[in-house]
Amino acid sequence: MFYREAGDFKTSYQDDAQTFPIKFDRYRYYAVIAVGLLVIPFAINDYWANAVLVPFLIWAIAAIGLNILTGYCGQVSLGTGGFMAVGAYACYKLMTAFPELNIVFVVILAGFVTAGVGVLFGLPSLRIKGFYLAVATLAAQFFLVWLFNRVPWFYNYSASGQISAPERTVFGVPVTGPETSAWAQYMICLLFVVVLAWAARNLTRGTIGRSWMAIRDMDIAAEIIGVNPLRAKLSAFAVSSFFVGIAGALFFAVYLGAVEVGEAFGIQKSFLALFMIIIGGLGSIFGSFAGAAFMVLLPVLLKNVLVGGLGWPTDLAAHLELLIVGGLIVFFLIAEPHGLAALWRTVKEKLRLWPFPH
Amino acid sequence: MLDSGEGYITPDGRQIGGVMMEMKNITLRFGGVVAIKDISFDIREGEIRAIIGPNGAGKSSMLNVINGFYHPQEGEVWFRGEKRPAMRPYEVAELGIARTFQNIALFKGMSTLDNIMTGRMTLMRANILEQALWWGRAQREETEHREKVEKIIDFLEIQHIRKTPVGRLPYGLQKRVELGRALAAEPKLLLLDEPMAGMNVEEKEDMCRFVLDVNDEFGTTIALIEHDMGVVMDIADRVVVMDYGKKIGDGTPDEVRNNPEVIDAYLGVSHD
Repeated sequence: MFYREAGDFKTSYQDDAQTFPIKFDRYRYYAVIAVGLLVIPFAINDYWANAVLVPFLIWAIAAIGLNILTGYCGQVSLGTGGFMAVGAYACYKLMTAFPELNIVFVVILAGFVTAGVGVLFGLPSLRIKGFYLAVATLAAQFFLVWLFNRVPWFYNYSASGQISAPERTVFGVPVTGPETSAWAQYMICLLFVVVLAWAARNLTRGTIGRSWMAIRDMDIAAEIIGVNPLRAKLSAFAVSSFFVGIAGALFFAVYLGAVEVGEAFGIQKSFLALFMIIIGGLGSIFGSFAGAAFMVLLPVLLKNVLVGGLGWPTDLAAHLELLIVGGLIVFFLIAEPHGLAALWRTVKEKLRLWPFPH
Repeated sequence: MLDSGEGYITPDGRQIGGVMMEMKNITLRFGGVVAIKDISFDIREGEIRAIIGPNGAGKSSMLNVINGFYHPQEGEVWFRGEKRPAMRPYEVAELGIARTFQNIALFKGMSTLDNIMTGRMTLMRANILEQALWWGRAQREETEHREKVEKIIDFLEIQHIRKTPVGRLPYGLQKRVELGRALAAEPKLLLLDEPMAGMNVEEKEDMCRFVLDVNDEFGTTIALIEHDMGVVMDIADRVVVMDYGKKIGDGTPDEVRNNPEVIDAYLGVSHD
């Protein structure tokens, strides 16, 4: 009753191919975006921005990026942290080299730089598959972090080896640097998320998305019916790295402000992104959001419940938090191996009939 | 009757054209194993050409040579009057050669519609930016190609499973979707690797009807591998018979049926 597609007829193929073919879905998403744009910026405070919303939005971009590569094209990657670092350092170098350039362009350019690096590290995928490719991307992870640690040019020879974002403004409002207000941080991330998620949705439902999924499902058949595997795989690496690079640039410039590469973009970040898409649902844009929300929000929620609600000591809560998050991951994977996106589909199926049993 | 060079007329009155594809002295080896040994045959415009033979005779390998998946050590492949250089399979697909597989090779995670749309990959031109923005050519192509795909869906009578993920479909329907995916490319030459394998009689009859209709309505040339002799003798115009990588017969179904070597290969022969 709540969710239905009955009576929602299409009279042209164009209508049938729109982003959200079901009217109810469409309005629901519009409502979410409207709340995100018109309500939250006025209600937001530092705690919500820093602990919840900004990391969620940035990780959602990274998760979409990894999902394009792993969920849609079937190429497992453990290099997400390394590619985020590329985005961050590209952003830093561009910010300091061209102080006049608008930060939005800088972030997008950082995405393109990362796309180039991603294609380079995607070359082995033309020869190797599965676990072996995962190991090759793991090499990318370690190599990139090592590179940014060891070559002083990347951090402009700063004594600490850190990079820190200078202040940049959009329409006169600072979005990076220490003066940034919570709502500005939130808004710039939200805008990137909305545009990128829309672009990802368009790519994955069109020709190129079909070529990725064809490679994922049956690569030999895909090639025989005319999918160029070189182009499909490398474009997946490029698009994926573009997204991950933008996430890395925002993570550094907008969210953290100052970054030490091994700490901010280490191997655990690669695993975090992989957990997000596995829990959220491989091959689903919605799943990327759900997974990012799960992995970002759950620790915050647990901390609030354990420390704030039950009054436990912070260190005990921090350890238990790891146990509980780990346990929940295992539970979810057993209960619904296809992730939160599949769970959501089941809920929608049920809602169609609710409150009637059949 | 086959030496005219300008084609021939089949017993049921269809005009068959000139040579479309010619295999000249193809030899394919895997290490020491000779899969195909010095085989030559041709496929003519508009014809239904069958390749038969016992298991392991090299039939599937021959199809793999035709669509560029294997590269023969010796011999030449001529397509439409030109010698074809060594090509990757996707380049061969762009020439207009499509195929189905012995073991269904659909994209299991995608819907029927998306599977068949993927078959039109070679005809899509929109670049990645247009696709990301869903703008201009990308949107237009999606609609235009959808119309063509819907025609194929109508033709194969699979309207009801348009949006079903193909992994959930029964075997017979999956075979049909796979045929649809191959047809979507608007091929000049369609290769079918055991299109009726594992089907019951009704499904086989349906599939035969589709194969004949494809040939008749779209004028598509068809080369098929099939084990069901009844089917082959009924629908094929000419038949190549292979055994242990060698060609042992070539001709109309009647000629092949009465060829002693073919009878030996199928029924065995006493060597006393």
